[in-house]
Amino acid sequence: MSGLIKIFDNHTEAVEVEKGVTVVPAANTIITTIDKIASWGRRSSLWPLTFGLACCAIEMMAAGASHYDLDRFGVIFRASPRQADVMIVAGTVSKKMAPVVVNLYHQMPEPRYVIAMGSCACSGGIFNTYSTVQGVDEILPVDVYIPGCPPRPEALIEGILNLQEKIKNESYYRERCLSGVCLIENSKFGAKDESHRNSEEIKR
Amino acid sequence: MNLENTKELIINMGPQHPATHGVLRLVLEVEGEVIKRCIPYIGYLHRGVEKLSEDLTYVQSLPLTDRLDYLSSMVNNVGFCIAVEKLMGIEVPLRAKFIRTILSEMARICSHLVWIATHALDIGAMTVFLYAMRDREKLLELFEMVTGARLTVSYPRVGGVRCDINEEFINELSDFINKFPERVEEYETLIDKNRVWLKRTKGVGVITAEEAINWGLTGPTLRGSGVYYDVRKFFPYDAYDMVDFEVPIGKNGDIYDRYKCRMLEFRQSARIIKQCIEKLPEGAILAEESPKIRMPSSPLKIDKNDIQFEIYVEDRNIEDFIKKFTDVYASVEAPRGELGFYIVCDDSAKPYRMRVRAPSFVHAGVLPKLCEGALIADVIANIGSIDIVLGECDR
Amino acid sequence: MNPTEIVKRLKDSFPEEILWYRCFRNECDVTVKKEKNREILLYLKNTPSLEFDYLIDLTAVDYLGFREPRFDVVYHLMSIKHRHRIRIKAEVPEQGCCISSVADIWKTADWFERECFDMFGIIFKGHPDLRRILLPEDWNGFPLRKDYPVHSDLGDKEWKTYRELKEAARGWKDNES
Repeated sequence: MSGLIKIFDNHTEAVEVEKGVTVVPAANTIITTIDKIASWGRRSSLWPLTFGLACCAIEMMAAGASHYDLDRFGVIFRASPRQADVMIVAGTVSKKMAPVVVNLYHQMPEPRYVIAMGSCACSGGIFNTYSTVQGVDEILPVDVYIPGCPPRPEALIEGILNLQEKIKNESYYRERCLSGVCLIENSKFGAKDESHRNSEEIKR
Repeated sequence: MNLENTKELIINMGPQHPATHGVLRLVLEVEGEVIKRCIPYIGYLHRGVEKLSEDLTYVQSLPLTDRLDYLSSMVNNVGFCIAVEKLMGIEVPLRAKFIRTILSEMARICSHLVWIATHALDIGAMTVFLYAMRDREKLLELFEMVTGARLTVSYPRVGGVRCDINEEFINELSDFINKFPERVEEYETLIDKNRVWLKRTKGVGVITAEEAINWGLTGPTLRGSGVYYDVRKFFPYDAYDMVDFEVPIGKNGDIYDRYKCRMLEFRQSARIIKQCIEKLPEGAILAEESPKIRMPSSPLKIDKNDIQFEIYVEDRNIEDFIKKFTDVYASVEAPRGELGFYIVCDDSAKPYRMRVRAPSFVHAGVLPKLCEGALIADVIANIGSIDIVLGECDR
Repeated sequence: MNPTEIVKRLKDSFPEEILWYRCFRNECDVTVKKEKNREILLYLKNTPSLEFDYLIDLTAVDYLGFREPRFDVVYHLMSIKHRHRIRIKAEVPEQGCCISSVADIWKTADWFERECFDMFGIIFKGHPDLRRILLPEDWNGFPLRKDYPVHSDLGDKEWKTYRELKEAARGWKDNES
């Protein structure tokens, strides 16, 4: 192995290893665009938010556990939105939960991605009722949709790989209308403490 | 330090929190490390299942029940089917009863595996999570073999089950079940003598037997307090009166006893499955009068002579009403506790009202009692020990 | 104890309060006047031979258009010692939609009654903390009433916060297309 590297090291001419990526081994140099470098960094360590809503969260857990092992794709679950890149909306979003989901989305640093996992997050699924949001794309921009009720862990992995493919072709400056600007004031939908409300009021 | 200026601090925990097992939100009023008040907020996963089922036929309502307690969807399906069977007066073939029992117990093992995985992870034992998920994966494969789905099975039908189990499934299941008690011992060696585990579970979150009954707890959470109540023994359904098993009960009512109860239930479930495989009879798997997928919108066949009634008020014309609406309550022992279905029928093909008595809802209500006066760290252990699933809690 | 025997005991003790009983599939339900629900439930809990120490479930049913009074509050009781169950119903009219709370008898009734209030708008008098539980506090209407729509599009009745969220989302949706 070390011999191989030595031969390579002596190679002084530029070699195009991939479209847009040129390597000069002897000079220990890679010539490429910022877009490529940025998207390579972004897609190789997609950290999702540990954010389970319903049934799909269990499959998400299974995908992260021993058998399917998401870690090998550089996908490591983070408990805080401040450290996360991608939000996997795993499960039914109820109307009561919707402000929280939006809030969490805005707490994530740019660039941020959203995967809608499962029928409920894609379209509301079988729950067309008064209290469910008919697809998370009503309130958030979604990058990848994974159908299924719930999707198998393989489907989730496929979805994450598709997202990586999407990031690969992206400009480092992500033109998104939501980028950098929070359209909704956090304080407005922030978690309020309702506990001290006087229950007499409701009784009338 | 000037202690006069200190005041109570309000901490918000959830709905997005890795240790709240879903979208539970707790507002904690703490004084230092001690919790003065704990207010749970639920409803972040309220999907309106009860309302939606009023718009669907009995057969169409079945997949909704999967998504209530998604860790043990099979038991939910069985509960719903038993309620509708009771309403329609359908007798389930013996083979179907045994198949249901086998798969219900598999679901119980599955659910308890997720419980031990997440509960141990919350308290700080990471390895158990990986071990338990490994075994669960095997069970899910077995589920897939019979039902075609891993989580949301929709396998039972009103009057039986959808399809028969085959020899290959039985062989693989027997293999798994023979090895399983060893695996349970493996988990126990990982945590049972661990000092951290013992310190965080023994004597924490105590509920006495009287309190547990008054709070309406069921399942292992109740039995950990030493109360003998199990729907499988009290009001037997399916094949539970034809197999021999014990109901483990605890003594102290703390987190450790609840944990111990569930660990013993693993072994009992394996025992039930073993007996069911041995006794599995031949025969039909679906009763003849079972409603078909395209259930007619014509009235259900409920014999009005089955209804006995007596009216003590003279001035009201109520007889037609009493004859029109029939209602049943049927419950099963879900991994979390008593899961009940109360169905009101108005003779049409759709339930007039379907009520789900969810054990998680009741258990979430006991959290303030468990947490108040405890330390912040114990909140996590308490949530884990009552084993709630928010899908079922909020419905 | 046999369900019919329990009904008989109940009838002997409260001759005025029992409106009717019905037995179906070996389950008995007894409809009582709502004014005396606490007395009857306390009697069932404290009588030694009945000992209904366990409130399994508390819910309501809306019989809109089929009966006046409109609602039934349904109590499912069970005794762990005697292994029997019974169902008690209390009629609640739409006007003056209230009934006495039993949250001090069974702690489990606390959340069940809150849910019942949330879904049907039935007010439980004497409840320590009667707030909405499953839906947000400023939600319009009571979903499990029969005159409430099932489907997601609520129109004018939509929850205010969600409507605002959807409007905020319209900004980037227009840009994207």
